[in-house]
Amino acid sequence: MIVRPEPSPLGRTTTTFVGIAFICFVFADVAITTVDPWQEFKLLLVGIVTPDFYATDSVAQSIGYTLAFAFLGVALSNVLGLVLALLFFSRIVRTFCAVIRAVHELFWALIFLQLFGLSPLTGVLAIAIPYAGIIAKVYAEILEEADPAPLKTVPGGTSLLSTFIFVRLPDAWSHFRSYSMYRLECGIRSSAVLGFIGLPTLGFHLETAFKEGQYSEVSALLILFYVVIATMRTWMRRQLIPVYLIGAAAILPWGISFSFENIVRFLTEDIVPHPLRTGAGMDAFGDWLHLMVFEQALPGTIATVQLTMIALVATGFLTMVLFPLISPLLFGKASRLSGHIFLVVARSTPEYILAFILLQLWGPSMLPAIIALTIHNGAIIGHLVGRYTETMKLRQDASKGINRYAYEVLPRVYRPMLALLFYRWEIIMRETAILGILGIATLGFYVDSAFADLRFDRAMLLIAITAMLNICVDAISRSVRSRLRLQTSLKQQ
Amino acid sequence: MMVRSVLAAAGAIALLQAPVAKPVSAADTFVFTAIPDQDETQLRKRFGKVAKYLSSTLGLKVKYVPVKSYAAAVTAFRNNQVQLAWFGGLSGVRARELVKGSRAIAQGKKDPFFETFFIAHKSTGLKFSKSFPKKIAGMTFTFGSKGSTSGRLMPEYHIRAAFGKVPRKVFKKVGFSGNHSRTIALVQSGAYQAGAVNYKVWNREVKSGKVDTSKVTLIWKTPPYPDYQWTIRGDVNKKFGKGFDKKVTNALLTMNDPDLLKSFPRKGFIAAQNSDYAPIKNTAKKLGLID
Repeated sequence: MIVRPEPSPLGRTTTTFVGIAFICFVFADVAITTVDPWQEFKLLLVGIVTPDFYATDSVAQSIGYTLAFAFLGVALSNVLGLVLALLFFSRIVRTFCAVIRAVHELFWALIFLQLFGLSPLTGVLAIAIPYAGIIAKVYAEILEEADPAPLKTVPGGTSLLSTFIFVRLPDAWSHFRSYSMYRLECGIRSSAVLGFIGLPTLGFHLETAFKEGQYSEVSALLILFYVVIATMRTWMRRQLIPVYLIGAAAILPWGISFSFENIVRFLTEDIVPHPLRTGAGMDAFGDWLHLMVFEQALPGTIATVQLTMIALVATGFLTMVLFPLISPLLFGKASRLSGHIFLVVARSTPEYILAFILLQLWGPSMLPAIIALTIHNGAIIGHLVGRYTETMKLRQDASKGINRYAYEVLPRVYRPMLALLFYRWEIIMRETAILGILGIATLGFYVDSAFADLRFDRAMLLIAITAMLNICVDAISRSVRSRLRLQTSLKQQ
Repeated sequence: MMVRSVLAAAGAIALLQAPVAKPVSAADTFVFTAIPDQDETQLRKRFGKVAKYLSSTLGLKVKYVPVKSYAAAVTAFRNNQVQLAWFGGLSGVRARELVKGSRAIAQGKKDPFFETFFIAHKSTGLKFSKSFPKKIAGMTFTFGSKGSTSGRLMPEYHIRAAFGKVPRKVFKKVGFSGNHSRTIALVQSGAYQAGAVNYKVWNREVKSGKVDTSKVTLIWKTPPYPDYQWTIRGDVNKKFGKGFDKKVTNALLTMNDPDLLKSFPRKGFIAAQNSDYAPIKNTAKKLGLID
């Protein structure tokens, strides 16, 4: 009789998650409902190889706006985030940051649209607020992990401010800078996506072009978007930052006014549950809550969790396929280049846009969302893991080919890969909720319906529930990571 | 360098606040919007012409602002970022509820008798009928925008009346295409088996050859109901001078450029008032779309 060894905690966790995802998948609504899905796909392919750069009016302006929102939003979030990071010892600040980053920038934009309408403030704040929460956390971690040695050399009586500026900051600065660059890239992606709900960025034209089936225009807009992101490191120079910021502030159409009366009304009336606002009594409020919880929040939450779990595990599997494409241990230089290009395109395309495309092609079900989330996140983690293998040293006589992959490389990258996956779990969930806006029945679907009905009380309740769900997942992920002692220092791209 | 970027950011923040300090900087421009009920290219063409017409008739700068959703049109109206809007029945009711003193001033000649068409993919085998097509139960079905009168409110009303159930329980799958052009495209491609569409958009797209009638077909027409209208804010006279609302109303009612009217497509405009849309309001309340 063969005595099977006890499975490792790592193996047990993997099995549990794969099991959960499998059960979720069995109950998922997965189908291609279009009668002829490849008809549209063919048109899309034709469009992609025949980009039309002259189809869109004011393309340059929309690229300008896309960058302007990103610059101002990310700059503002850096300032706010740094201040919050310094106060991160306070539980209140930590909770505050967790809440603001748990709400996706598209939801923030939908809220700010009510407050400021199409004023640029909507776009800038929609990026700045959630990013401030993310940056605060990351900067606080960077400061915490900084080498404590220089602090010991500070003479007594040095003020806290001087100590911070001259001792703690220089050490953390380069980390801040590289993280800000990454954030700016995210900011450009977010800014483009904000166009889908009406801000004048690239997404605005992209949505129109998609909806009208103008695929040559789609192709041109996407190419411009990739070029902007891919060339970022060449034009993003430190000395030019003030120029960019002032330029950004100068080109945005600030002339659009908004009324303070409406802001006050939104905050003091619109978001108060309707039965309470009209004084219909506690019974009516009970009915309202019952309807919200059982008809919307609960089904929305179930679908969100279901989709998240499937996408998380599928991302894991795809990562294992993708990272070898750019790993020098497994492929030669030439084939790695095409791997890099594929990964850049896949990870630069926001999952929102990917899901949007796939929904057009396959019709409504969870399938487009699963594939979109998996491709985007698989490409991000695949890129990071692939890069990680560049630092790995194998023995001279290490096996080759598939054996090398299965017995040498994969076991070594498995832990960091899981760490990254668990780190992205919360991000995947936030994104899953948002995909509801496209018509998949996650929480975002109900949030979008509430906004469409101009029922902001409902929208705010559902957004709050979404935020709580994200915070829960973040907490579970943290406990899993610490139980398995998974290092997350790789998480910054 | 830290100080420098902080300064730059501070400058950006100062700039951010600029519009707050001086409200209504574009006071002399009269701005309007329209619900995005069909292809944006179409709308831009049509309302670009309308802006030009209003501008020359009223003698001031008039601008059309395109928006991405029905709710965004209402919000822009509520926030006074637009003073006039081409609304559907439901969005108009919502807007006037939110902006005290705002009024419906003009509607298309046939808008008091608007209709929704139910359409289906040929593979369903459904044919045109005079009575409600009960056979659509169990199929996949798409509405237009969630906030549309002809694409959501009225079809949902008739579906509920016919089956005594909410659409989600009647159909295998329910979608919201976003606008009427998309609804036609989605049913034609077979993404959905059936859908509900604004009859004017359908007729125009059939005429222009955009609809492949060998793939998608008309199966039922709803009874008529009041729909589209121009709604103006009550406080425009304060901003643009006495009698401005009358001038706008007149300009809309006397619009007779055939090219302009054809782009709507409307034969002309007639006077409208808020009470014309009471049936829409009641239906929306019944369906729980407004509180």
